Amino acid sequence: MNACLKFQDLTLGYDNHPAVHHLDGSLAHGSLTAVVGPNGSGKSTLLKGIVGAIKPMAGTIEHHSGCRMAYLPQHSEIDRHFPARVFDLVALGLWPKHGMLGRLNGSDAGHIEKALSAVGLDGFEERPIDTLSGGQLQRTLFARVLLQNADLILLDEPFNAIDNRTMSDLVEVINRWHGEKRTVLVVLHDLELVRNHFPETLLLARHPVAWGNTKDVLMPSNLLRARQFHEAWDEHAPWCEPGAAA
Amino acid sequence: MNFYEFAIGPFADYGFMQRALGGSVALSVSACPVGVFLMLRRMSLAGDAMAHAILPGAAAAFVMFGLELLPMTLGGLIAGLIVAISAGAVSRLTLQREDASLAAFYLISLALGVLLVSIRGSSVDLMHVLFGTVLALNNEVLWLIVSIAAITLATLFVIWRALIAECLDPLFLRSVSRAGPTVHFVFLVLVVLNLVGGFAALGTLLSVGLMILPAAAARFWVTRTGHMCVLAVGIGALSSAAGLLVSYHLGIASGPAIILTAGGLYLLSMAVGRRGLIGTRIRAYRHRAA
Repeated sequence: MNACLKFQDLTLGYDNHPAVHHLDGSLAHGSLTAVVGPNGSGKSTLLKGIVGAIKPMAGTIEHHSGCRMAYLPQHSEIDRHFPARVFDLVALGLWPKHGMLGRLNGSDAGHIEKALSAVGLDGFEERPIDTLSGGQLQRTLFARVLLQNADLILLDEPFNAIDNRTMSDLVEVINRWHGEKRTVLVVLHDLELVRNHFPETLLLARHPVAWGNTKDVLMPSNLLRARQFHEAWDEHAPWCEPGAAA
Repeated sequence: MNFYEFAIGPFADYGFMQRALGGSVALSVSACPVGVFLMLRRMSLAGDAMAHAILPGAAAAFVMFGLELLPMTLGGLIAGLIVAISAGAVSRLTLQREDASLAAFYLISLALGVLLVSIRGSSVDLMHVLFGTVLALNNEVLWLIVSIAAITLATLFVIWRALIAECLDPLFLRSVSRAGPTVHFVFLVLVVLNLVGGFAALGTLLSVGLMILPAAAARFWVTRTGHMCVLAVGIGALSSAAGLLVSYHLGIASGPAIILTAGGLYLLSMAVGRRGLIGTRIRAYRHRAA
């Protein structure tokens, strides 16, 4: 198997408390994986760890060399009152191509137009971003990911507060990435959606409960084990000693 | 009095008026775009805090060299950079937010400055430090301001896209580039440079006025960042020329005259600007079919 990402005994968390505990495994090139699990089970933390926003407390994340990542966080820090147009926000996706000094050229404008068209936002280029609805902003951010031309695409609950039509449009975009052999990892809550569109699933409850074929992972017995996970925060939990992993 | 005697004569006849005009227009060219970004990053008041932070450096130079503009300007530059960089570093390395850490550093700095001036100076000298002497700009200070303008414009050209990305979506910039923190520090340095340039002409208290007022006024007219910068420069330069003329004809202090003119243009823009009080209310009663 050709791995795009490899986790080895990975533990991520905050203030010495693990949020993802002893994760082992790898993400194959071109795979389409859903990450599911209860609230607080470490799904977003895992994505933050992969992009390097937080450092592992133990273990490693190995990236395939030259792997370009695109990351759509659950809560963006976009300043919606900044005087920018949809065009400007999407154009940020060309950053890896142009860097800080490069200026946009004519073909870039064409790519931006095509990306907006692919997410159903034809003619939105000049719209100020503070006039967008939640769904339109999410479509805009998908267009930006399209332009990033990344090998590994990480989406954190991309369908929160999104209507069905927008969701099915954006699932189409995800399928297109899958068809282009990009590796896609999506945090989701809608198990029906996962069953219908995602070949592989990682079920997290701080510990990895199951990882593999979606049909096998989403079995009642696994889901029950995940549900039994509770977020109890024990300030004085004993130290997890190496080798004594659960 | 005809137009020539009112508007051209004072600048044509007097060297000090020419230097004052050249200095304040050069200052507008660089300080106003910096002000636009300060405003867009919701740091307008941080500019004011930073202006106070310049005081102890200027005061230390004043204690050592007397009322000499160049040493005082350089002293102010050093003090401003120390405060800006410490405040930025503390907010990035600890849990303290940038506004609180900036407030802490500038208050320490301001108290130190007032203490230094009180050791040696009279209150008249303090007035010079606080309110500047645009009519007494010598050639050295004029060159300093022009150099600051050139450095600012060149730097803004280089960091333009990164600065916009850092304002618009800092999390995204962090995911594709390590430039974010550097760009923020470079921007803070530009703020200090321009406040110091303004300090010689307008004093520490008013230098921030030429930075923020034209930017805030421009926001009522245009929606694009680039257009906002150009318009702010225009408003700043107009305020400088008009303020100097008012100051000349009425015999009032030049620094406040310039800032009050900019303030007047701000109020006017707020009222009649395309996105101002009246403009938005007139347009609100019409709508398109789709």
